[in-house]
Amino acid sequence: MSIKNNLLLFVMGMCSLAVSAAELTIEINQGQDNPTAIAVVPFAAGRLSLPENVVPIVNSNLKRSGLFEPLPREDMLSQPHERKDVFFRDWNALDVEFLLIGQIKRAAEQRLEIQFELFDVVKKKRVFVEKISGAEAQLRDMAHIISDKVYEQVTGVLGAFNTRIVYVSAASREEKRLNFRLMRADADGAREKLMLESEEPILSPAWSPDAKEVAYVSFESGRPAIYRQNVATGERDKLTNFRGLNSAPAWSPDGKKMAMVLSKDGSPDIYVMDLASKQLKRLTRNSAIDTEPGWSPDGQSIIFTSDRGRKPQIYKVTLATGLIERLTFEGDYNARATMRHDGNGLIMVHRREGLFHIAELDFKTERTTVLTRTSLDESPSLAPNDSMIIYATQQNRRGILAAVSVDGNVKYILPATNRDVREPAWSPLLSK
Amino acid sequence: MKLIKILCCSLAFTLLLSACGSNAPEDDGASSDQSVDESSSSATTAGTGEAGDISSTSVDEGGGALSTVFYFDYDRSTLTYETRQALDQHAEKLKDSARIIRLEGHADDRGTREYNLALGERRAKSVSDYLVLQGVSRSQIETISYGEEKPVAFGQNEQAYSLNRRVEIK
Repeated sequence: MSIKNNLLLFVMGMCSLAVSAAELTIEINQGQDNPTAIAVVPFAAGRLSLPENVVPIVNSNLKRSGLFEPLPREDMLSQPHERKDVFFRDWNALDVEFLLIGQIKRAAEQRLEIQFELFDVVKKKRVFVEKISGAEAQLRDMAHIISDKVYEQVTGVLGAFNTRIVYVSAASREEKRLNFRLMRADADGAREKLMLESEEPILSPAWSPDAKEVAYVSFESGRPAIYRQNVATGERDKLTNFRGLNSAPAWSPDGKKMAMVLSKDGSPDIYVMDLASKQLKRLTRNSAIDTEPGWSPDGQSIIFTSDRGRKPQIYKVTLATGLIERLTFEGDYNARATMRHDGNGLIMVHRREGLFHIAELDFKTERTTVLTRTSLDESPSLAPNDSMIIYATQQNRRGILAAVSVDGNVKYILPATNRDVREPAWSPLLSK
Repeated sequence: MKLIKILCCSLAFTLLLSACGSNAPEDDGASSDQSVDESSSSATTAGTGEAGDISSTSVDEGGGALSTVFYFDYDRSTLTYETRQALDQHAEKLKDSARIIRLEGHADDRGTREYNLALGERRAKSVSDYLVLQGVSRSQIETISYGEEKPVAFGQNEQAYSLNRRVEIK
């Protein structure tokens, strides 16, 4: 990085870099047929003046998952904050299955403590009582962690509300001017922050497995180069700028290697870089396009898109043997695949009847299921708990982000306001 | 929503706001990598900021207009007869000069971005290989692919698609 860049970083580091106008909002279009009825009573906060309202964040998280239907506050017959004030008949009468209550207290200067209790109304018993504390500025994170605890307890699946997304937003065509931003936000689209801005394209953001760094491709120097950037500090490193393509970085599950696409030796091929030594190993070697590498969860193989059979299909290379096998046979366009974290299948862009959808290939049944009804869908990225897929699509001729559950039943969109938004990448679970 | 309008009206103002005006909670420090720095760009960046302008589809170098944008079929990098004819003329001029050209490959927006980057490169290389066959030195040619990132036409129709599947000589 140049000295000038460092100086700029220093200056910019002194003030916060949140983008003032929210680019994303959420609209839920479809949920599960039988969501769990839950009541989240507004938490007692005494006379505290708080920067965020915790309960609406929790409700919105649970609702967005499609698995819960939060009870509106005005329908509540009582609003308890402590166990002794909970009367199950009040909630039974409303067909509520779970009840969450809580209290927020000041623990120290600028620090808060939240006690929250979950009740099973049907079984008439308390499921858990927990305490969480953090800085006042982390109230939103605490709301996400509370949401995760409730989600985990009720569904038996790890929650993924306390996660982030990164994405690229571009000036809309009306602006007549090229402008690209690498943005990051909470998984619900809140707290957007600018990570990088350029007049040249930014592409392919990818999280490190510890969720502390993001790799991406930037054309800012006039050519494509792969960078890795620390999310918190903004510090970054240029990893490659070879002649030709420098594309599609993907961190290995152990964080030590990065798969990428380079065409320095001819046509686009898959390479793996050892991040400590920067040594490259070439995995594919032919005249076709090989691109969009993605790691298997065990780190033993890499899936990628190739048109070696004339049309783009998904292939897998086993790292130990170098053996390459084809994985997709249905349809004439399968690309940008990402493996499920449980290893049971992959999510990809699949063309059916001329339209590009997000689809899942189940390894056991070998069936390809189309999950989305939108067209021009691309860049699918799985939540770390394999529950939802965030992807890019078009609405009113503008690029927007949308999400669909892995079973295709739950759908919501994050409409952008005035820019084209694309290439979302869902972070791993943040360390708590 | 009002702030959004501000964003539309005054980008400079918005940038200022985004740089310093936030009172949003800072959990892990702002990540700030404002790297767009004209002086850090190499010489090869000249003129690329205005891509999207196809009014300059021809250049007049004394001897009549010569096409500098070449179009391709869907998912193909094959050169048309017209393209080859125009490239023959480019080759003649390049052989007698030390000029370095930049071939920028592009794709339409159907399909995935990374695959389209590869497709744009394949098209640029196809033009490059043809020029080399005609005697142009490889060292005079630089290729780059922008994939679907710099469209010149918008819309989901064949006309827009066909205008975007192109290689430009710069």
